[in-house]
Amino acid sequence: MSATQIAPTSQRERLLGGLFRASLFVSLAIGILTLCWLMLSILIEGWPRLNQDVLFHFPSSNPELAGAQSAIMGTIWVVGLTALITIPLGVGAAVYLEEYADRDRWWNRLIELNIQNLAAVPSIVYGILGLAFFVRGFLGLGQTVLAAALTLSLLVLPIVIISSREAIRAVPDSIRQGALALGATQWQTIWRQVLPAAIPGMATGSILALSRAIGEAAPLVLLGGLTFITFNPEGLDSAFTVLPIQIFNWISRPQDEFHVLAAAAIAVLLVLLVAMNAVAIFLRNKYQRKW
Amino acid sequence: MTDPVVQRPVAAPDAPPATDGAAPLGEPVFRLRGVSVAYGGTPAVKDIDLDVHASRITALIGPSGCGKSTVLRCLNRMNDLVLDARVAGQVLYHGQDIYASHVDPVEVRKLVGMVFQKPNPFPKSIYDNIAFGPRVLGMKGDMDEIVERALRRAALWDEVKDRLKQSAYGMSGGQQQRLCIARALATNPDVILMDEPCSALDPISTARIEDLLLELRRSYAIVIVTHNMQQAARVSDRTAFFTVDLDEGERHRTGRIVEFDATEKIFQNPADPRTEAYVTGKVG
Repeated sequence: MSATQIAPTSQRERLLGGLFRASLFVSLAIGILTLCWLMLSILIEGWPRLNQDVLFHFPSSNPELAGAQSAIMGTIWVVGLTALITIPLGVGAAVYLEEYADRDRWWNRLIELNIQNLAAVPSIVYGILGLAFFVRGFLGLGQTVLAAALTLSLLVLPIVIISSREAIRAVPDSIRQGALALGATQWQTIWRQVLPAAIPGMATGSILALSRAIGEAAPLVLLGGLTFITFNPEGLDSAFTVLPIQIFNWISRPQDEFHVLAAAAIAVLLVLLVAMNAVAIFLRNKYQRKW
Repeated sequence: MTDPVVQRPVAAPDAPPATDGAAPLGEPVFRLRGVSVAYGGTPAVKDIDLDVHASRITALIGPSGCGKSTVLRCLNRMNDLVLDARVAGQVLYHGQDIYASHVDPVEVRKLVGMVFQKPNPFPKSIYDNIAFGPRVLGMKGDMDEIVERALRRAALWDEVKDRLKQSAYGMSGGQQQRLCIARALATNPDVILMDEPCSALDPISTARIEDLLLELRRSYAIVIVTHNMQQAARVSDRTAFFTVDLDEGERHRTGRIVEFDATEKIFQNPADPRTEAYVTGKVG
């Protein structure tokens, strides 16, 4: 073959390329199809009970009358409070680690390593911690909305910190230098340039972290296992239940009617999750357009 | 607010002499004596003596890695942002040592503006890009007027006056760089530092920035780092030629000033053969 000819791609290379592509597509399809199948089966099973009763009725020992009103409100209370606690703390920790911490100091590296590890700790461990420190022991809050929110905050805080750090790190250094060169202080640079530029990433990360909190049953079951609550939370010190616990409870009942109800409640939980993710996507797009 | 420790002389910049480089030099704005900078113990530049004058453009030229940008960043203490950077020697601004222990670098940067190699507008509107500096400095007055004046001085007003609220990211590279110049002018500095401001721009945008520099020279002391020797010859009044020395068994590359003089002298009748070799294109 002379040097000036462009060699054709061999049959084997083409085949390998095609196979690689196909295997990537199959990986994607497996995930999507599983999700679709799951949602479809939930919808079919829960369909008879997917009406306003599930939203507005309180739990009852009679499956015909039972609904998830208190669980829905409990979820909103607990997750809302978790957001109020974790977002300022998580963003603050992320700003410290990205903008102020000197990585040559061993304690800063230790904190970083710890946060990475905490994100991987099983949620039940946080439940034990919450039971020991928030419900009983140290704070003695009892089985309340506040104790649950504090426990879930511990659970999602590492995720919020890590995603906020990534968002802050993605802001180019040239922005910081430009602001500092104008005579802005470090604080002004962070508050007026770095944080606004990092908002889309931080919002997305925080909402995804809260989506994890909303689906958690294990740590909250451990806190108190309150499943039969016939009133909505009225404050931080109210007793509460949340959707995953209510679902868990209904599924463990012997009557089939409760299983249908559980499927309907799962559908409600999924709608809440999709709504939260939609907000995340909306925020991201809105702020990106502004640039 | 307490008085800043570093101050500009009272007269500047409202009554600058319109010299166009012809009048006598007078007292320098910046006087560097025996300045050395080391990063993590490794010297980057050594024994720099340099004077920067008002109403003059001072060009820093020389091969890559000779420390031109390092010296430039001494003048507004941007080297402070680099970990382990150490500056020795004297950097005097109107006779005040800006590296004295009681001087806050933020105060220095209010008086010494900077334009970077790559245009770095903030991810905000054109208006907010200009208004950021005056806002953080707490400048009094009508912000619309401040913004318009800065954009006019940077010869950008006519191009952007109808889209002040639009993102600065929608501008061309040359416009973005002039926006960054306008942003620096808005805080009313005494000196403007430019770190290869045209290296990311096409020749037409470069020519517009050079015209702008000659215009701004009336009111500011300008220091420009450039790799483009024609640019130095075209716009600057005084030129410092840097070179790189290999120290201590070629382990460190250290920048030094070979020659600092009027630009015409540097380009037409240099005293040092190394300068001649560089400006005539024999090396580098």
